[in-house]
Amino acid sequence: MAHFTKATSVHDWLNQRLAIDTLQRVLSKEYWIPKNINFLWAMGMVLAFTFGILLVSGIFLLMYYQPHVDTAFDSVNFTIMREVEFGWLWRHVHAVAASVVFLIIYIHMLTGIYYGSYKKGREMIWISGMLLFVAFSAEAFSGYMLPWGQMSYWAGMVITNLFSLGSLEFNGLVEWIRGDYVPGQAFLDRFFMLHVLLIPLAILGLIGLHFGALRIPHVNNQDGEEFDFDEEAAKYKAGNKKESKVIAFANDFLSKDMFVVSIYLIFFFYLVFWHFGFAMDAINFDPADGLKTPPHIYPEWYFLWSYEILRPFPKDPGLVAFGFAQVIFFLLPWLDRSPNAVPASRRGLFFFWFWAMVIDLIILTAMGKLPPQGIYSTIGLFAAWAFIGLWVILPFITRNEKRA
Amino acid sequence: MKEFKILAVVIFFTLVTYWLVEPFAHSQMHAHVESEGFSYDDLPPLEKTGDATRGQDLVMGAGGCIGCHSIEAAGFPAAMDAVTNSASYGVNPPDLSNAGGIYDAKFLAALIKNPTQALMVEHKFTPESGKMHPMIAFYGAGGDIDQEVADMVAYLQSIAPKPDQITPAQAFETACGRCHSVKYENWTQIGEKPVFKKKRDELVFLTQLEDYNANLMGYMGKLPPDLSMYIRSRGEHYLSTFIENPQNLLHGTAMPRVGVSKDGAEKVLEYLVEAGDPKHAERDSVGVKVMIFLLVFAAASYLWKKEIWKDLH
Repeated sequence: MAHFTKATSVHDWLNQRLAIDTLQRVLSKEYWIPKNINFLWAMGMVLAFTFGILLVSGIFLLMYYQPHVDTAFDSVNFTIMREVEFGWLWRHVHAVAASVVFLIIYIHMLTGIYYGSYKKGREMIWISGMLLFVAFSAEAFSGYMLPWGQMSYWAGMVITNLFSLGSLEFNGLVEWIRGDYVPGQAFLDRFFMLHVLLIPLAILGLIGLHFGALRIPHVNNQDGEEFDFDEEAAKYKAGNKKESKVIAFANDFLSKDMFVVSIYLIFFFYLVFWHFGFAMDAINFDPADGLKTPPHIYPEWYFLWSYEILRPFPKDPGLVAFGFAQVIFFLLPWLDRSPNAVPASRRGLFFFWFWAMVIDLIILTAMGKLPPQGIYSTIGLFAAWAFIGLWVILPFITRNEKRA
Repeated sequence: MKEFKILAVVIFFTLVTYWLVEPFAHSQMHAHVESEGFSYDDLPPLEKTGDATRGQDLVMGAGGCIGCHSIEAAGFPAAMDAVTNSASYGVNPPDLSNAGGIYDAKFLAALIKNPTQALMVEHKFTPESGKMHPMIAFYGAGGDIDQEVADMVAYLQSIAPKPDQITPAQAFETACGRCHSVKYENWTQIGEKPVFKKKRDELVFLTQLEDYNANLMGYMGKLPPDLSMYIRSRGEHYLSTFIENPQNLLHGTAMPRVGVSKDGAEKVLEYLVEAGDPKHAERDSVGVKVMIFLLVFAAASYLWKKEIWKDLH
């Protein structure tokens, strides 16, 4: 056992037992961040904050929500929204955060792609981030089921039907997942468990992995500049803060993070109080009715782009394209064959590739919500092909990229 | 400066995506229906000025209204209870005490002369279907029928409370509440559900409700939906135009045109807002306070950042 002396203060007492000075040094005071980064690098903190909001509001909702097909809808819309003091606030906070978290995830992801932050030793940051994206998607989907509204019921029906794997007709698998022939009590129970326990646990673990993956390669910077972190850190510690290219995470970068978070919170709570409807589909305020299909079934906005890659194709090719869209982002570090980890604006063809991808994703998102008729389904089909095509050409356009 | 440019790009693409998946997509999925201003232009105008005293004689006598309707305000209670009434007519005929305050006068006159036309249910009660509308048209008491109808309307208006004295709950009950429940307000088709001391009494009430709803289902084709959350699932504009003319939004529906005046419709909507979104005032007041806090928080965090970064640049 280590040698313990009589503590001189609470701080010293804790320090002897938990090494809080060392922890603080490693995690904040001497965790080095490049100086030349913009507010987009604060999106990680914004996401962590939003996840915290989701966790806390979720715990309050959990106190009153009832996972039963007969009472789930009323426990949300009557008990939480009317009977519980400020239940409406927690519910709107939770629902808005669930939607906004995806907006921030997409900004965070596209920032990574634009600045090449997935390359040269940063592959694990990218992969752990993509795993987080998948976990958040599962979390959002399972949570969407819980109020047992009309759209969540039918979205649950459509998504679980995908597991029949097209003409392979693995209907047994679909029933095994649902625990019934149609979404019912067993379905609600297991999605409730997934939403409040298993997936949040996985997310917490993945957040740890994602943060850990940053320690050795460090975060990228907006000029794609490579420098020696130890050398720059030595300058900083010697007091040459102005010359050093790095800053400490706390309080240097944290102060900027918090400013960005504060601006974000103004936007966030504006939505919560005066525009919560954008995050909540009106049809979901009708209780689930297994005998009445809504006229249009569509997922929440953040899944629309991948839904639209599934929809314009015939059954089997649609599933293949959908599967492609789900995994292809994971392979980005290897499909991009250029060694340049610099902003897209300095990378020639890749610059056009990036903006084509952004625009294509927006078109897919819009078409995924519109009814699949006439010109919309044609545009959707072209956009889906464009998505696949962009990934196919990526290795070729990056192979001969000039050294930036 | 560069950061503002980046922020502008992020905001631009966010707003474009938002516009596409919300306002634009919804405009493509749901045709916009304009309000008709509760003017009931398709109905014949009221040309005669009614006399309430003569109207009273007609309503109580030759008009035959109290054969089916109660008028509590004039001392005519219902002859049969709601369940028995629904067994005879499909639905409980409304008490006429406040009809004059809620319904449009032109609509009331047209209703007396030709119920299926006023209610816009001519597609349901056709000679081929063999179905008769439970309310029989008034064919006149021997004089000028338009004058007689105007007199009856004048009488109904004379006994009704002034429009501003009618509560949202009363307006809802008369106009909608005999077919629709609002369980979040404890409203059932046969009235407010009381608090029962004995389980037995509750079971009696529930049995009556079930019988009533079985009759109603037979009359309407299906049980009309509970309206507790309709303000959130349909929105005010949809509901207002739907109340005005259900056929415009749900062609062929069995729901009759209600015929409420503009005032009456506003009362009904007020009731539905309270049922489905009772915390709207609290939301606004808490929201303002949270915003003030966040602005102070943002200012403080900006000053903190400036203080720290003074040494870094």
